[in-house]
Amino acid sequence: MSAMVIVGGGHAAGQNAASLRQEGYDGEIIIIGDDTHIPYQRPPLSKQYLSGEHGLERVYLRPEKFYEERNIEIRLGVTVTEIHPDEHTVTTSSGDTVNYEKLLLATGSRPRILNAPRSDLPGIHYLRSVAHVGSIQAEMPQAKNVCIVGGGYIGLEVASVAVSAGHNVTVLEMEERILQRVTTPEMSAFYYELHSSYGVNIVTSTAVSGFTGEARVEQVLCGELSIPADLVIVGIGIIPNIELAEAAGLECDNGIIVDEYCRTSDPDIFAAGDNTNHPNPILNRRLRLESVPNAMEQARVAAANMLGGDKTYESIPWFWSDQYNLKLQMVGFSADGETQVIRGDKAANQFAVFYLHENKVVAVDAVNSPREFMVCKQLYGQSVDPEKLKDLDVDLKSLIE
Amino acid sequence: MPQVKFIEHDGTEHVIDASNGDSIMITAINNLVPGIDADCGGECSCATCHVIVDDAWISNVGEPSDNEDSMLDLNPDRQPNSRLSCQIEMTDDLDDIVVNLPEFQY
Repeated sequence: MSAMVIVGGGHAAGQNAASLRQEGYDGEIIIIGDDTHIPYQRPPLSKQYLSGEHGLERVYLRPEKFYEERNIEIRLGVTVTEIHPDEHTVTTSSGDTVNYEKLLLATGSRPRILNAPRSDLPGIHYLRSVAHVGSIQAEMPQAKNVCIVGGGYIGLEVASVAVSAGHNVTVLEMEERILQRVTTPEMSAFYYELHSSYGVNIVTSTAVSGFTGEARVEQVLCGELSIPADLVIVGIGIIPNIELAEAAGLECDNGIIVDEYCRTSDPDIFAAGDNTNHPNPILNRRLRLESVPNAMEQARVAAANMLGGDKTYESIPWFWSDQYNLKLQMVGFSADGETQVIRGDKAANQFAVFYLHENKVVAVDAVNSPREFMVCKQLYGQSVDPEKLKDLDVDLKSLIE
Repeated sequence: MPQVKFIEHDGTEHVIDASNGDSIMITAINNLVPGIDADCGGECSCATCHVIVDDAWISNVGEPSDNEDSMLDLNPDRQPNSRLSCQIEMTDDLDDIVVNLPEFQY
C-alpha cells in the first residue's frame, strides 16, 4: 500500500502531516525523521527552552497522542538514505524500503560547522536541536565564561539568555558588524548598544583561528587574541539539506527548486521549509528562507497539492527575534528599500524602521512595536507619505487604503 | 475537563475537550480546528490565532494586554471581543466557552 511519506521531522513535517489530515486525507502518513523527538518548535530553543522557562512538552508542535489518535506514524531517529523516484520508494538507515504515493522533502537545514583547529574539543556546541540544548544546559550552570561564535540572531539570543543568567559573555563576529547579513548598519548598531548595556562583550571583524584546552575548551583563539571560555556556542549559519534530493536527480540550486505549488522537478515529490528555493510572486523573485512561517505555509500548500489541489504559495516573508525584553518583528527585507523612515523612539526601545523603495513600503524592523509590524504586512508594496508614516500623531489605520 | 466551542466563519461548530492550562490556540491546533494558523507557536508574535469571543463570555475572559491589543488593532476583521487565542488559558471557569473564527487570519 502506498502512503504519504514525509522526510524530516521539523516544523514543515509536523504541519504537513496535520494539514493532510485536516484536508481530509485518511490514508497512511509516515514521517521519517533523524531527530529523536516528535516535531517541535525551533525558535524557543535559543530563547525560553534554553533558559528553562519552557519545558519540552511546551515546545512540541503537537503532543504525541495527536499523532497516535490520527494514525500518523512517526519513525524517529531514522534517516532516509535514498529516494528512488522511478519506483516511488525511499530506503532508510534501518534498512527498510517504504513506498510512497507522494513524497514531501522537509529535510530542513543543519548548522554550518566551524572549521578551526581543535573545534572538536568538549564544551564547543551548536544550537539547532533539542539534543543540542540538552548538552548546553548540562554544562551552562558550571560555566563562567561563555563565548558565542557568530553575531547572528541565534548567537545574540543565546547571549541574551546567558548574560541574563549571570555568565560572562563574549560574542565574536567575523564581519564588521553583528547581524551584517540580515540587517542595516543602524539596526546592527542598536543591537550592539543593547547587548553592551547588558554587559555582553562584542568583538567584531574577528575570525576564530582555533581553540585550546585539555579535557575541554579553555580558550578561543582569534589570531593574537585569546578569549577565556569554558562554554562555546557556535552559530555561524545553516546549510540546507539538499543532498538527498540532488542524489535523486531533483533540480537544486541553493535549495531544492520548487514551483509555486511546492512541487519539485518530480511531480510526485514536494518540498517545504528552509531547504526550498521557491518563487515568491509578491517579491517577484526566488527566495530561500530560513523561517518558521515559511516552513509552516509551504507545508500547508504542499499538503493541499499532494492531494491534487492547486493551492499556491504567496506570503510576504516575516521573522521575529526575542532578546532581553525586546521583541523584534520583521517583514520583508530591508535591503529592498533605499529610504528609511523611523517611527517611534529609539532611545525608549520602542520604534520601527520602515524601508521604502520608490516610496512603496517593502520592509519593516519593528522593535516592541507590534502595530507597525502588523501595518507593514498590510501596507506592503503600497505607496505611503513618509512624513505621515513617521508622525506618531497620524493613526496608522489612516494609511491603509 | 472544560470544553470549548469553536464556530467557523461558515457556521460549522467544533466542540472540543480542553486541558486546564492549555491555551485556546493549543486546544484548536491539537484538534485540527481549521482557521487557526498560530505560526509563532503562542508567543503573541504573529496574530494568526485571532478569535472573537462570544458576548456571554467576554467578561470571564478579560481584556487583552497592551501588546496583544496592538497586534489586533489593525486587523481588518477586528471586533470589540477580538482576542488572540494563544493568550487565553483554559480553566474550569471557562467551561463551555464559545469563540467565533474570522474568515481570514492576517
